[in-house]
Amino acid sequence: MAIGDGTRSPNQARHDFVAKQVRVGFFTDPSLCIGCKACEVACKEWNGVPEDGCRFTGNSYDNTGQLGASTWRHVKFLENDEPLGWSFFSDVCKHCEVAGCLEACPTGAILRNEVGAVYVQDDVCNGCGYCVVSCPFGVIDRRPEPQPGAGGAYKCTLCYDRQIAGLTPACAKACPTESIAFGPLDELREKAKARAKELQARGLTSVRVYDPQHGSVRGTHAIFLTLGDPRRLGLPRRPQAPTSYLASAWAAALFTAALAVAGTFAAFAMALP
Amino acid sequence: MPGLGTSFGRGGATTAQQDLQNADCILIQGSSMAEAHPVGFRWVVKAKERGATVIHVDPRFSRTSALADIWVPIRAGADIVFVGALIRHVIENELFFRDYVVNFTNAPVILREDFRDTEELDGLFSGWDAEARRYDPSSWQYEGDDPSRPTKDPSLSHPRSVFQVLRRHFARYTPELVERAAGISPDLFQRVADALTAASGPDKTAAICYAVGWTQHSKGVQIIRAAAILQLLLGNIGRPGGGILALRGHASIQGSTDIPTLYDILPGYLQMPRAGTDEERLAGYLEKHRKPAGLWTSLPSYVVSLLKAYYGKAATPENDFGFGLLPRVARDHSHFSYFNEMMDGRVEGLFVIGQNPAVGGQHSRFERKALARLRWLVVRDLVEIETANFWYDSPEVRRGELATSDIETEVFLMPAASHVEKEGAFTNTQRMLQWREKAIHPPEDARSEAWFMHQLARRLKQKAEASGDTRDAALRALDWWYPEDEQGEPDMHAVLEEINGYRVAPLEGGAHHGERVAGFDQLSADGSTACGCWIYSGVYGPDGKNRALAREPAGPYGHGWGYAWPSDRRILYNRASARPDGAPWSERKKLVWWDEAAQRWTGHDVPDFQAQKPPSFVPRPGATGLDALRGDGPFVLHEDGLGWLFVPRGLKDGPLPVHYEPLESIIENPVYAQDKNPAVNWYARPENPFAATADPRFPHVLTTYRLTEHHTAGGMSRFLSRLAELQPELFVELSPELAAEQAIVNGDWVTLVTLRGAVEARALVTRRLRPLVIQGRTVHQLAIPFHWGSAGPVRGDVANDLIPFSGEPNVNIHESKALTCGLVKGRRPPDADFVAWFEALTRAGHGDR
Repeated sequence: MAIGDGTRSPNQARHDFVAKQVRVGFFTDPSLCIGCKACEVACKEWNGVPEDGCRFTGNSYDNTGQLGASTWRHVKFLENDEPLGWSFFSDVCKHCEVAGCLEACPTGAILRNEVGAVYVQDDVCNGCGYCVVSCPFGVIDRRPEPQPGAGGAYKCTLCYDRQIAGLTPACAKACPTESIAFGPLDELREKAKARAKELQARGLTSVRVYDPQHGSVRGTHAIFLTLGDPRRLGLPRRPQAPTSYLASAWAAALFTAALAVAGTFAAFAMALP
Repeated sequence: MPGLGTSFGRGGATTAQQDLQNADCILIQGSSMAEAHPVGFRWVVKAKERGATVIHVDPRFSRTSALADIWVPIRAGADIVFVGALIRHVIENELFFRDYVVNFTNAPVILREDFRDTEELDGLFSGWDAEARRYDPSSWQYEGDDPSRPTKDPSLSHPRSVFQVLRRHFARYTPELVERAAGISPDLFQRVADALTAASGPDKTAAICYAVGWTQHSKGVQIIRAAAILQLLLGNIGRPGGGILALRGHASIQGSTDIPTLYDILPGYLQMPRAGTDEERLAGYLEKHRKPAGLWTSLPSYVVSLLKAYYGKAATPENDFGFGLLPRVARDHSHFSYFNEMMDGRVEGLFVIGQNPAVGGQHSRFERKALARLRWLVVRDLVEIETANFWYDSPEVRRGELATSDIETEVFLMPAASHVEKEGAFTNTQRMLQWREKAIHPPEDARSEAWFMHQLARRLKQKAEASGDTRDAALRALDWWYPEDEQGEPDMHAVLEEINGYRVAPLEGGAHHGERVAGFDQLSADGSTACGCWIYSGVYGPDGKNRALAREPAGPYGHGWGYAWPSDRRILYNRASARPDGAPWSERKKLVWWDEAAQRWTGHDVPDFQAQKPPSFVPRPGATGLDALRGDGPFVLHEDGLGWLFVPRGLKDGPLPVHYEPLESIIENPVYAQDKNPAVNWYARPENPFAATADPRFPHVLTTYRLTEHHTAGGMSRFLSRLAELQPELFVELSPELAAEQAIVNGDWVTLVTLRGAVEARALVTRRLRPLVIQGRTVHQLAIPFHWGSAGPVRGDVANDLIPFSGEPNVNIHESKALTCGLVKGRRPPDADFVAWFEALTRAGHGDR
C-alpha cells in the first residue's frame, strides 16, 4: 500500500500508458474509502459533467443516487445496523472487455481505445439508447433535458484526455486515501489479490476481488474489493454482455423462421390436390 | 491555544499530520477528522494499515467512526469526565511512563501550602473571587521563589507534589462516573484505556487529534488540558507517533493566530498592551511579560523588531520605538462583544473578510439583526453571501422583524479573488508555511485580500498625512513600503521578507532595508532589526530561498517541503524523544538524540533544543534565557523546561481540568456542587437566553458539526453545483428510537427549537445516533450540520440560529457542541407567522408542548 506517499505515489506520477498502449484500469478498494466524494467532484469538475439535480434523498449521505449520464463516479453509502457499520463504495464504469454498450451501438460512436477503455464519441452518438439497455452494470445512460448535451449517451471516459497528457484520471488523483488506484491492469490485479489476502488474514473472510473474467464480459478495466455479497453493491455475480445471447437468439430466430417456411410449404403441399 | 500553550509552551499542534503514521494508537475526540480533514486523514488510514488502533469518541457515528477500530458514543459535553477517567486509570494502575514523567514533567514539583483543589472546595480552586467572578492564581504557584528551579520530589510521593495533587484531583473520575455522566459502559471504557496504555512506553506512542469539537465548549481549553495531561503521563509528547494534533479548520487558521486576527495578541503570541496599566511604556510592558529563562527572555528583541517592522524609521529608541502608537486593549473586543455593541448602536462600521456571520456566527439571528444597526458594512467575498444581502433577503426581513426601508446600513460588496487567483503564504494545521502560487488572474474586478488591505492602507495613510490629527499618528508612522505591480497588487515576497525580518540599515543607498536575518536569534532590541513575526523568522533568510515555496521533501519528516515554525521543526519538544542522558528511548521511536562524538544534538528532525547543549548541562546561577535551562528540560519555552501537568499560571479557570456541565444541560453536574464553569462569560442580555437545566421544553442534547461536502458557512461550497448537489438540504441526524417516539419517518420535516431560534430540517433517521443512558434515564442526542443559509442555489435554515453567545474564560469561544433543544415534528410555520409562533413556544413557563 502506498497511502500517503505524496508526490512519490503512483497516483501522482506521470505515465506514458497511452503511448505504450498499456492496458490500464482502476482498482477501487472500499476498505480504504472514507466517503469524502472527492472522486465524484473531481470527475465532474475535470470532465465538465453538469449538475443533475439537488435533491435530498434521505438515503444516508448519498444524494447522488446512481451512476448515469451525469454521474460517472458514484459513492454508495451503506449503513449497517448490527454490527454498526458504515461503508462507502465508489462505483464507476467497468470498461468491459466485451462491452455491451459498444456492441449494441449502431453508429460506431462507442469505440475501444489504445488502453482498452470503452469511449463514447458524443459527436457521433445519435441518442438511440441501445447502449443503455445493453450495459450489464447499468452504467451508461442518456442525458435528460434540460442538461447540456441532452439526448446523447454519456459515461466515464477513463479520463482519456488526461491519460494522453500522462496524467492519472481525476478520481484517482483526487482520492486522499488512495482507495482508488489507477495503473496497468496486470499490476492492479496483483495488488488486489494481495490486498484481499491481507484483509482475509485480518479476519475479513468474506473479502473478494471483483474481477469477472470468466463471464461473457471477459474481464473489466475496473476491479473492486467486495465485502460480502457483491450484489449489495450493485455488482452482478455473473455480469453478461447481452451480445453473448446473440448466437442463441439468432439460432432460435432462424429455427423459427425455417419452421415457418417449412410449415408454409407443408401447408401448400397438403393443400394440393 | 492556551490549552497547549500553557501545557507545553507553544500554542500549536505538537506534531504533524504525516507523523500520525508512526502512531501505535490514535485517539480522535472532538473531531470528525475523516470528514473535516479528509486529506490529513490519509495518515490515520496509513497508521491503521500499519497496525495502529484508531479510536473515535463522538456523539455521532461519523465517517471517522466508520474507519475507526473503536467508536465510543459519548454525551456531548462530557469529554473531561472521559479523559479525566483515563488519567485516573493511568495513575491508579501505575501505567504512566515513569522515567518520562519524573524527568520531563512537573509531576515532582512541590506546590504552595495554600493551594486548595476542587476536591476540597467542591468544584472551585483556591483564589476564587465570587464577586469579581475570577481567580487570583497566586496560590497555584510552585513552592519557593524561583519558578525556574522548583523544589522537587522525584519519588512523586510528597503530598503537595503535583503528582499527588493530580492523583487526588482525578480520584473521583471513575469508570462508574463515566457510565453515569457520559453514557459509556465500563467495558468500552476499559477497551479504550487498554488500547491507549498498550501504546505507551519507550517502544510505543499514541497520538491524540482534536478540532473544534473540543474547543467550542464552555470549558474547551480545559478539555485540551486534560488531553495534554494524559499525553504527558503516557510520555507521548515530543516523540514520533505521539503528540496532540490540533486540527485547524481552514487553510490558514493556524496562521491567523500566529499573525493574529485576534484582538488581544500581536504577531508571534506577544501580548497586546492593556490600557490603564503599567504597560503604557515599553519598559513596563517588558517588565511584565519578559521571562527570566527560556525563549521569552528575548522578548525585547521580538517586540522592538515588530515595532520596527510596523513603523520603520519612525520607531526610535527615544520614542519607545513607537510602542505608544499601538492600540491598547481596553475591554473585551471579541466577536460577541462587538456584535453586542453593534446591536446597541455603538459600532459604526464593519469589515467582513473571509467570514459569513449571518450564517456562521453564533446566535446568527441576533447577529443579522445587529448588522442592520451599522452605518456601513464592507463584505469581501466570492459571491453575495448572506452577510451582504441581509438587508433585503434575510429571514428577519421576510418575517417582518426587519424592514428594508428602515435599514440604513450602506453595504459595500467587494469581489474577492479565490485561492488560485492570488499568491502568498498560508500556515496549515501543523504550523507549516506553504507558498501558494497564483494560477490565473481573478475575473473582472475581483482582487486579493492583500490588494484590498494594501490599497486601503495607502489611502488611509494619505488621509492621515493630510489630517495632522494626533489620533492618526500611528497611520502616519506606518512604514508601508511594499512594491506593487501594474494592477496595484503588493509584492507578497516583500511581505514575507518583512515577516522573516531584516537588518534595518540598507546595504546600498536606494534600498528600503538591508540583509534578511537567518532566524529570530539574530533579532535585536536596539532597533537595528525589523521582524513582522518572530516565530516565522528563518522562512525567507539571507540566502534568498523562500522556504515556504520549498517543494523537495526528503527524509522521514519531509523536510524540504514548506517550512514549519519554529525553525522548521516538525515535531515540537523533540528533545523528549531522547532519555535524560540523551540516548533515544528506543530504536523504534528514535527521533532526536545527543551525538557524544560530535558534541551536538542530531536526528531525523531539527532538534527543538540548543544544538550544542549537552544533556548533563546545569545552568550556572544567574544565567538567563536559554542558558538558564537545563540539558534535560525539553519544554524550552517554560522557565523550568518541564511539561506542565499542573499549570501554575496562564489559565483563567484553574490549574487543572474540571468537569462542569455545558451552559445548557439536561442534568446537574454529577461531579461537583459547582455546576458550570465559574469563570465563563454568559454575555447576559435578554436576547441571549439560556434554558435552565432539565427544562422539559428542551429535553434533548444538541451538537453541531461539519460535512465533508461543505465549507463552514457555505460561501465556498453552497454556491457551487458540484458540492451543492452532494448535500443539497439541511438535515438533522436522530436515532430510530427518538424518531419512533415522535412518529417521525426518515426524510420528514422536523423543527428544532432553542430559546434563541427555531430551524426546520429534514430528518435523517439513523442507527449512527443512539440514545444514551445518563444517570439512569434515556437521553437522546441530535446532530445538525450548520452550512446552510438563505442565499445561493441551495437554501436552508441557519443552524447557528440555535446557538447562544457565550465565552469560554480563556479564549472567548462559544459553546456550540453541547446544548439542549426541543424537537417538533413538521415544518416551522411560514415566515409571516414565525415570530408569534416562536415567542409563544419559548415564553417562560410555557412548558408542555
